[in-house]
Amino acid sequence: MTTTLTSDRPAVTRRPIRHGRPLTRVSGLGFGVAMLWFSLLVLIPLTAVVVTATTGGWAGFWEAVTTEQTLAAIELTVGTAFAVTLVNIVIGTMIAWVLVRDRFFGKRILEIIIDIPFALPTIVAGLVLLSLYGPKSPLGIDIANTRQAVFLAFLFVTLPFVVRTVQPVLAELDRDVEEAAMSLGASRITVFRRIILPSLTPAIAAGAALSFARGVSEYGSLVLLSGNLPNQTEVTSVRILSSIENDNLDSAAAVATILLVISFVVLILVDYLQRRLVRRG
Amino acid sequence: MAERALSRNKRGPGAYLVRLLVIVYLFFLVAWPVYLVAKNTFADGMENLNGILEDPDVIHALSLTVQVALIAVVINTVFGVGISMLLVRYDLPGKRWLSALLDLPLSVSPIVVGLSLVLVYGGRTGWFGPTLEDAGIQVIFSTPGIVLATVFVALPLVIREVVPVLEEVGEEQEQAARSLGANALQTFLRITLPSIKWGVIYGVVLSLARSLGEFGAVKVVSGNVLGDTRTATLVVEEKYLNFDKGGAYATAFLLALVAVACIIVVSALRPKEDR
Repeated sequence: MTTTLTSDRPAVTRRPIRHGRPLTRVSGLGFGVAMLWFSLLVLIPLTAVVVTATTGGWAGFWEAVTTEQTLAAIELTVGTAFAVTLVNIVIGTMIAWVLVRDRFFGKRILEIIIDIPFALPTIVAGLVLLSLYGPKSPLGIDIANTRQAVFLAFLFVTLPFVVRTVQPVLAELDRDVEEAAMSLGASRITVFRRIILPSLTPAIAAGAALSFARGVSEYGSLVLLSGNLPNQTEVTSVRILSSIENDNLDSAAAVATILLVISFVVLILVDYLQRRLVRRG
Repeated sequence: MAERALSRNKRGPGAYLVRLLVIVYLFFLVAWPVYLVAKNTFADGMENLNGILEDPDVIHALSLTVQVALIAVVINTVFGVGISMLLVRYDLPGKRWLSALLDLPLSVSPIVVGLSLVLVYGGRTGWFGPTLEDAGIQVIFSTPGIVLATVFVALPLVIREVVPVLEEVGEEQEQAARSLGANALQTFLRITLPSIKWGVIYGVVLSLARSLGEFGAVKVVSGNVLGDTRTATLVVEEKYLNFDKGGAYATAFLLALVAVACIIVVSALRPKEDR
């Protein structure tokens, strides 16, 4: 089985730490330059967010984060991302199963469709959804500027994550065990529940974590679709942006820190789950 | 063997139900909406497409987007291949942490990416911004800022493709080449690079798609000045909000076309390598 975009799935094979060579003078220099670049580009800027958030002390941070509008935005973002992740766990596993086990005409097209949300610019994704679920919908379904629009946009952008983490693990499963179970009289459902599902659980969980992180941080696809109505359809990223535009960088940084903490926790969770995957494999 | 293949192909009604459900879901979530953007673009024939291609500001935005994406891809490819080699082949301090941190840009909100760059490189209040400004380098609200934001968001893509391939090929051949007297550069160019070629190519294509399409982070750092720092994705937003829906659809169509082309290239190349 082939996967089209491994980028969506955690690089399962990356984790085993093998002992390599010690750094030489040239490679050491290369490592130094690479770390300097990585620090200037990623580490120092992200540190600046956390530092700026805490310059006003704990009280200032708390005040910025707990305004009514910000709390509503965080609640909407986290709640919707969570609900979307639950949907992805079910439908993503089903899609992965179809891609690995089923065989029919046009399956290659499904492979490409799965990756479209990953490659499509987010603003285009918003426009794409608006053309079917907006004011001029051929279906007559107009959910623009509602909370359902946020749900729909999250569903779209997080589509590949569970599929692409589960797919390679499912492809590697030993089918002899399943056949043995079936020859001993187990039903298909029993085989799935007792044999397939336990082996897939770490991969599903890793994909779910990535999907949650992606949902929580989404911005572009909502710009045209959700209307960004305060207390109704405004997500956390939009809150941060409006603080930036009002030149209130401290409170933008405070809310951004919440998102960073969520990404970081997810990262650690995925790392832990991948270790379990490697041990099993 | 034939019997076994047969038993594996036997499907219950549940399997057909799952297949149907998956196809319907993907049709309504992705396929139909994407098709509609193409349809809306050509609703008046070539008028929408010609409209944007005759607009000098749109042309400027498109060429800025392509330039920024190319610079970002070059930087991320050099950095990505280099750091992948170091991660896989050498003993590094804090390897596990580094490996996890390199994935961070994928899960950080683009708006937070933009904010973080403004806080450090912003001209008035940034940590390094005023110093750089005194030296005559403007980062935020200018092209370097757009490049930084684009490089940031696409950073892990090459690494994620190259690291597994490097681990797969092992280092026996490299050791053999070195023992026969090849220096580090020769070993890399003659042995390592050809064996990780496909991983690098996928990484480059994916980075290109991601770089051309970055929106949120660029919106924060670019200042969105018409005919100067406005990129293609910002044109889509601006056209749509200013009721030029035809122009928005046409620009979105061009961006979507490149994105889908990138996916098809990757999917057409990959099986040859995997099988």
